[in-house]
Amino acid sequence: MRGVFDIIGPIMIGPSSSHTAGAVRIGLMARKILGEEPVQATIELYGSFAQTYKGHGTDKAIIAGIMGFATDDERIKDALSIAVSKGLEYQINTTDLGDAHPNTAVIYLIGEAGRMTKVVGASIGGGNIRITNIDEYDVELTGQYHTLISIHNDRPGVITKVTSVLAKYKINVAFMRVSRKSRGAEALMIIEVDEPIPDDVLEETKQVHGVTNSFRIPPI
Amino acid sequence: MIKFKNVQELIALANEKEVAIYDVVMQYEAETSQLQVDKIIDTMKQNWKVMRESVESGIRNQDKSASGLVGGDAKRMHDYLTDNDKSYAGSMPLKVAAYALAVSEVNAVMGRIVACPTAGSCGILPAAVLAGAQQKKCDEAMIINALFTASGIGMVIAQNASIAGAEGGCQAECGSAAGMAAAALVELAGGTPEQVGQAVALALKNLLGLVCDPVAGLVEVPCVKRNGFAAVHAVMAADMALAGIKSVIPVDEVIDAMYKIGLALPKSLRETSEEGLANTPTARSIEKNLYSKDK
Repeated sequence: MRGVFDIIGPIMIGPSSSHTAGAVRIGLMARKILGEEPVQATIELYGSFAQTYKGHGTDKAIIAGIMGFATDDERIKDALSIAVSKGLEYQINTTDLGDAHPNTAVIYLIGEAGRMTKVVGASIGGGNIRITNIDEYDVELTGQYHTLISIHNDRPGVITKVTSVLAKYKINVAFMRVSRKSRGAEALMIIEVDEPIPDDVLEETKQVHGVTNSFRIPPI
Repeated sequence: MIKFKNVQELIALANEKEVAIYDVVMQYEAETSQLQVDKIIDTMKQNWKVMRESVESGIRNQDKSASGLVGGDAKRMHDYLTDNDKSYAGSMPLKVAAYALAVSEVNAVMGRIVACPTAGSCGILPAAVLAGAQQKKCDEAMIINALFTASGIGMVIAQNASIAGAEGGCQAECGSAAGMAAAALVELAGGTPEQVGQAVALALKNLLGLVCDPVAGLVEVPCVKRNGFAAVHAVMAADMALAGIKSVIPVDEVIDAMYKIGLALPKSLRETSEEGLANTPTARSIEKNLYSKDK
């Protein structure tokens, strides 16, 4: 059974939990995945998002998320003008993604230090989201858990070493998914865990032989 | 460990422990979330603060939604209320309707609201509770209690039927909200757990079959005005239950019927905007104008 505050709550900016609150969360996730202040954003909207974004303020909501606003931030309404004044360049387009979830957004971000990322996310109802692709890796990420993302060489033993770092610090793995572009090439691992991931744990996962980079995303 | 899987069990638990429904719900939430009851009450107070603010800003709202379809009706209703000699319904129903329109309009103009149970039905519960508490001169503690009773009812409906328009039609959103609001009103009036259950049954029964057919896919038409109607409807259900009127069909069977009706509703009438009001000539022309604008 759902809890009391799933029924009365969340506090949010209207009008729609899927098209507004969920859209903010997709933007927030993209920002966290980029890991630095975004200066340029290109957003492609698909399905119901593409059809109704103006009426639901989905464009404003995603831009608000990219700027780090929470789902109950009253500035969401003015997100587009705030983006202009903050120097965040943005572009909103519609696209056809075939059989993707009807509320899907593709977000391309460039950060102030030049890092680039592409994040695909869907708003799956009630403000819940699912990130389905990061930089061409198929993933499944809800934003409900502390998450460790590592990029590593696809070879035996790397995954075990990363998870044993977590085990050593008594961090419990809730969900885990590994994805690769081709055998023996670069792979991406997503580990959703129950406890926050401290700095030293993150650093230690980066030291694992075969890991090229790892970063963490707090729940949003 | 407190467990209930339907309204009857919730009522039975309250009676067995000689407490109110909200006590059972608070205890359940404390056990499942592993938080202190005080902490849970604080969170509900935060929600109530936002609910109240959304009524207060909504009755003054003159902004239009991005589509231009809604905005200003809550104020219109509230202004009419202050001159209620003109009205048929009298001050309480008018006030409830004005408050519900207010919160729904705040939602439509991208203001801050509390989903209860959803954003599309967010006006009903706060409107009924605020107007009810003003009428009965209830303090904040009583209001918070009534909100816990309402959420207990919503939890059962979500579990045994649905609170999503895409699954169950509008009966699942505005119907559920009206059931929750009726429960809260009975609680504010000091009714018994049985009367809470009767009010939920009466409120839900009369909204069964309500479809979700929003014009242009927006949470505006008919949603905003329907929030106004459904809130008044909740007041009537609460009064019926407090008068001692009983639903022939028990509340859990009504919830089960709601679930089955939701399954039987065609997808075209479950938030897809394919049929119903969304497919009227006026709705299609609104839609066309809206989406061809500055493209």
